[in-house]
Amino acid sequence: MILTNGSMLIIESLARAGGEIFIGYPITPANALYRYGTMRFPMWLAAPDEITTLQWMAGFSATGRLPVTATSFPGFALMVESINMAFMMELPMIVILVQRLGPSTGTATCGAQGDLLFLNGVISGGYGVPTMCISSMEDCWSIPAAAAKCAVELRTPVFVLTSKESVMPLSDMDVSSLPEVERVSYPMHAGQSNYLPYLPENNLVPDFLPTGNDSIQTRVTASTHDSEGLLRHSTKEAMANTHRLHDKMTANLDEFTYYELDEEDGSDTLVLSFGITANAAREAVGKLRSSGRKVSLLIAKTLLPVPPRYFDVLSGYERIIVAEENLDGQYRRILFGASDRENVTGVNAIGRMVTPDEILREVANHGK
Amino acid sequence: MENRFLATSGLPFCKGCGHHLIARNTGKALESLDLDPMNVVIVTDIGCNGIIDRKFHTHTVHGLHGRSVALATGITLGLDDRSKKVIVFIGDGGATIGLQHVIEAAHRNVDITVIVHNNMLYGMTGGQSSGLTPCGFKTTTSPDGKSYSGYDLCRIVGSAGASYVRRIICMGDFSSHLAEAIDWEGFALVEAMEICPSYGVKYNPGRKLAGIVKEAGLSLDFHKNPERKCFSVKPSTIIKSLFEEVPDVEACFESTLTEPISIVLSGSAGGGVQLAAELLARAAMASGLHVTKKGNYPVTVGTGFSSATVIMSPHKILFNEVSEPDVLIVVTEDGLRYSAHFFDSMREGLIIADSGLTPPPTNSDLITLDFTKKAGTRNAAILSLMYYLKRNPVIPMEAFMDTLEKSRIAGKVDFRAMLSSLDGTE
Ligand SMILES: Cc1ncc(C[n+]2csc(CCOP(=O)(O)OP(=O)(O)O)c2C)c(N)n1
Ligand code: SF4
Repeated sequence: MILTNGSMLIIESLARAGGEIFIGYPITPANALYRYGTMRFPMWLAAPDEITTLQWMAGFSATGRLPVTATSFPGFALMVESINMAFMMELPMIVILVQRLGPSTGTATCGAQGDLLFLNGVISGGYGVPTMCISSMEDCWSIPAAAAKCAVELRTPVFVLTSKESVMPLSDMDVSSLPEVERVSYPMHAGQSNYLPYLPENNLVPDFLPTGNDSIQTRVTASTHDSEGLLRHSTKEAMANTHRLHDKMTANLDEFTYYELDEEDGSDTLVLSFGITANAAREAVGKLRSSGRKVSLLIAKTLLPVPPRYFDVLSGYERIIVAEENLDGQYRRILFGASDRENVTGVNAIGRMVTPDEILREVANHGK
Repeated sequence: MENRFLATSGLPFCKGCGHHLIARNTGKALESLDLDPMNVVIVTDIGCNGIIDRKFHTHTVHGLHGRSVALATGITLGLDDRSKKVIVFIGDGGATIGLQHVIEAAHRNVDITVIVHNNMLYGMTGGQSSGLTPCGFKTTTSPDGKSYSGYDLCRIVGSAGASYVRRIICMGDFSSHLAEAIDWEGFALVEAMEICPSYGVKYNPGRKLAGIVKEAGLSLDFHKNPERKCFSVKPSTIIKSLFEEVPDVEACFESTLTEPISIVLSGSAGGGVQLAAELLARAAMASGLHVTKKGNYPVTVGTGFSSATVIMSPHKILFNEVSEPDVLIVVTEDGLRYSAHFFDSMREGLIIADSGLTPPPTNSDLITLDFTKKAGTRNAAILSLMYYLKRNPVIPMEAFMDTLEKSRIAGKVDFRAMLSSLDGTE
């Protein structure tokens, strides 16, 4: 048993999963991740800013080394163009986003769940970047490892979404009971010839070869390109490649869909939550059930692209309550749109955590 | 001049553009070095200079505007192989927007060769002035001539510590200069001065390149420092699990607690509040309980209040935010200011405060004791927890004492004497 925080679990998990280099630029509340990254990763670098961070990461990734960084909104905002680059180049990498209270610099030492709408549209054109969210200490171990697997297998940047409240508090953890972490490896091209850098394999993901390898030419590009990796205008082949960037996510998302579904027979109400609000939801649901109220709970972990399975679950309920620590329900808007719906309500807060009692009251206010 | 590195026919530039010459001289330089094309990575920026990937038979990487030097830095460090030559093609526009990356790579002496295509304006976007446009040079955005000087890029990277810097006039065969730069172990930057026929020549008719360069005061001297070592990152061989960094806690005590209990401990930065709370949490674990511990302090961690919340519970703890603690302990003025609202909001529960403070009215049980006088500012927090456990043994005092004696401050503080100072208190 040790007393530890989520930051330590996340970094240990990523290092065991095969993260080779941690590149950091300091920002609260991601600083512990940076410090642990310097201690635990085989290699680490101090970047002079977050654009450099992402560019260096992309360079490492292009040579076949899985890079990791951790930041918060202000740093993430600077990374955006480079994240688009890495997405287009199909370079695996992990960006841990520790949310804090905005807008702007906001309050560095206050948690939040306010960046989801931004993440949902972060790629120009609306392409989805796998975004996995941590909802418990156990998730601090399993989600980063799953994110690393997703990043290399789908050749994409992956966001690990957290908040101050999941990376900083300490709690007891039986680390001996944690499952083994599987080491990931880039999907290498086998053989000596016929290599087209962006020719998709059957799962729509192209095989990888490190740039600068001894024998086979590679081309990496962030501009619209064909399977050769050469810049093209919007030719048919190039557009097919761009479409594929979307299709490879939808085709493979199921394998990387993580959630907890705790359904109660006869319940017409579902509480949906994620991240730092998940524990409040778990506690509220526990209390409601012990008071005789039937209620189901969905904790979403793969948030983006939205797994279609969630809609199957949601369609089985008359009333849905989405609990999240932001102004007016970002995931709720992503799932249900901007217009109000009578049977979908939110429990929201800014500058403080959503409490179990607030969720409990919202459930109790409606229906049986 | 077609060779193993470059297809020279149909280069994508306007007629007469200096970019042709740089591409051709690069091809020739690579051939003269007798390299294997698979040992060469060309990283191109966004700009006219960067649309040349398809003509190179090497590895090519085409990224963002201004970021190619940082991208190439990552590639070189990732390859960590001196036989690989990583070459950046970038314009004056790219070098301006990405100047930090150039400085950083020069400063660390990263083993890349940066070939700056300085045509003194943004070619691709229509001939606007860039940071490197010289004073008096006319562009789309400065039709009367730019009113202030451009940077001297070579001097900037030179002072950043670049081990090889050379400015050349882009004319004829300068492949030997490029070859020397590419062959160089460490950071090499060649600033190739050229003129863009489509905008530069058009707006500055009759002006000669060499004259413009001279008038701008841009020196053609060059600078080498062969003594500098290349920067690299080597994988560390002594890595241990982070879990070994923190003490293992064995549950060798027992607690009588049947319901969760929450304690807020508030004091000042430097008063050991966070450590005291952490040690209490560990002692609770040693007593078989689940715990969470959160800290609260301003961004400037060395001054102002410092507050910690500890929850101890026989069950797994889910929601760990405490709106109203069962126990509040306040040891300093800063801590009192931060926690004052609890005095009113706590409907029941226990408040323990240092007797030097003037606490506001409260409905809770309020006890005061001179912790700071007894233990000093550094240890008052620990003493207050001892007092709480003595009064209310939710975990055995021995569990806390044992944790203290195994902690990193053991040996510096006489905990037993601290505990005895509470003799006679209730
Ligand atoms: C972040 C960003 N800002 C602006 C642009 C638009 N842009 C494309 S090329 C270019 C200028 C290119 O000038 P230079 O680097 O001097 O190269 P040249 O075209 O002269 O070879 C600019 C500003 C961009 N691609 N990205
Ligand atoms: S616009 Fe200028 S820089 Fe661009 S290709 Fe034409 S001549 Fe060269």
